[in-house]
Amino acid sequence: MNSLYTRILVIICFSLPVQLSSAINWSTPNAQETDTGTYVSPFAEANETCFKCHGHEKYEYSNDLLGTKVRALMCSERIIKREEFYISNHKSFACIDCHSAEYDTFPHPGELRMELKYNCLDCHGGDDMYSSFNFEKIDADYRKSTHFKLEEEGFTCWKCHDPHTYRINIRNSKNLKETILYDNAICLNCHSDFSRFQLLSDRDEINLMETHNWLPDQTAHFRSVRCIECHTQLNDSLLVSHLVLPKDKAVKLCNECHSKNSMLMVSLYKYQSMEQRRDGFLNGIILNESYVIGANRNAYLGIASIVIFGMVTLAILVHIFFRIRRKYNK
Amino acid sequence: MYLYPVWIRLWHALNALLIIILIITGISMQYTDKDSSIFIVNFAGAVKWHNIAASVLTVSYIFFIVMNIVTGNGKYYRISRKNFFGDLVKQMKYYAYGMFKGEKHPFPVTMESKFNPMQKLTYVLIMYVGLPLIIISGIGLMFPEVTIKRVFGISGLILTDILHITMGFLVSLFLVIHIYTCTLGRKPSSLFRGMLSGYHEPEEE
Repeated sequence: MNSLYTRILVIICFSLPVQLSSAINWSTPNAQETDTGTYVSPFAEANETCFKCHGHEKYEYSNDLLGTKVRALMCSERIIKREEFYISNHKSFACIDCHSAEYDTFPHPGELRMELKYNCLDCHGGDDMYSSFNFEKIDADYRKSTHFKLEEEGFTCWKCHDPHTYRINIRNSKNLKETILYDNAICLNCHSDFSRFQLLSDRDEINLMETHNWLPDQTAHFRSVRCIECHTQLNDSLLVSHLVLPKDKAVKLCNECHSKNSMLMVSLYKYQSMEQRRDGFLNGIILNESYVIGANRNAYLGIASIVIFGMVTLAILVHIFFRIRRKYNK
Repeated sequence: MYLYPVWIRLWHALNALLIIILIITGISMQYTDKDSSIFIVNFAGAVKWHNIAASVLTVSYIFFIVMNIVTGNGKYYRISRKNFFGDLVKQMKYYAYGMFKGEKHPFPVTMESKFNPMQKLTYVLIMYVGLPLIIISGIGLMFPEVTIKRVFGISGLILTDILHITMGFLVSLFLVIHIYTCTLGRKPSSLFRGMLSGYHEPEEE
């Protein structure tokens, strides 16, 4: 607290030029090393056979029958960007670890389009190596979620977690704002792209800005919290809840976050909350990235205000006492 | 003695109403909780009414400043350096014990001087320091995108909020003291009546 006040005092007294940059690093000491993009896969050369076409919007092949070279557009769903793949969680994989080696030939055999895709649990389920990620609990959550109802229409883990590009964020977060942006983009990928949304639902197009009209200061909220903060049910044993709720059960009560017992501490800030900042602020870890009215009040200022208010009240009472005494002594 | 023209009385009444709304909604936001909402106002309602009242207060404050210049009412707030601290101490002594010993008010209200030195100092601090700071910091909280992100490693929003709630607390404190000192007229209700009718009742019989 003293250091905080000293810093505030310095600012007020000297009015020195402000430091606008957000370069101050409040990251947790436990934060793991993040990807640098310089990773070299042992399968880079083999993967290049696929990336040669699937890594671009355009690809070229020879039509041996006609003896011509054909340039064609790659279907957007089939484009995998190298730079995203090699910083993803599956960066160390060879393409044929998950896809058939028969893709080696071109044109690809038609029946391969029907190949069964692996799900997260196919590899990660029941494996002690991944136990800290609680894949089974995630699956149990997902099965209760509103997304699971769309499984017959084709909803899978991949809809949110593209295995080619997905990165775990919250555990490696050095910049929570970027994590929020990344995570929200996962939801917006379908919920703000009606063409993709229609692949799974017959509902009318949703205007997210309109449906969130009730939320004061939309921009600040969208930048500072993830969609899942309000749209999933909290799960004590999971870092990220996967139980996506129906829209009518989404959090709409401001106090859920704007309070001493802010639910942000067990959702967005769950991983970092062990690194509590001091300075007398309630839910201090939030202060590293944001400021939430009601959740971040300063306990010392609260006590000081009560003491000062009490002293003023007492002084008034004493004054009233002497006024009354004088009145009766007249 | 006709001291308070209509515009001052209307502005004062509006200002009082807005300050009370702002204090209640401000405390409701600051001490909001999941299970209980003190002062009845829920968080969403508190945010809405705090913003509305604050916007009206900003306009009313500008009106006050403009009218003070136009009508010359601002002269009552001018602090003269001459004997100011001596006069201030004299007024404090009067409130502390002089009035209980039957001493006469050291600075009786006149058409030339509406406020005693203590009133003048507190009104100037509240109206020309406190309110501008609370309005500016409030704008910073209402539009967080315009607030400086970080100042020497501390979130600009936290500093803005600390300034806002500290000023809010001081204004609340002023309100309590102001209401109490308004009972120190000839009769406890005299000064309140004066603010309604415009006519000041002299302290001495």
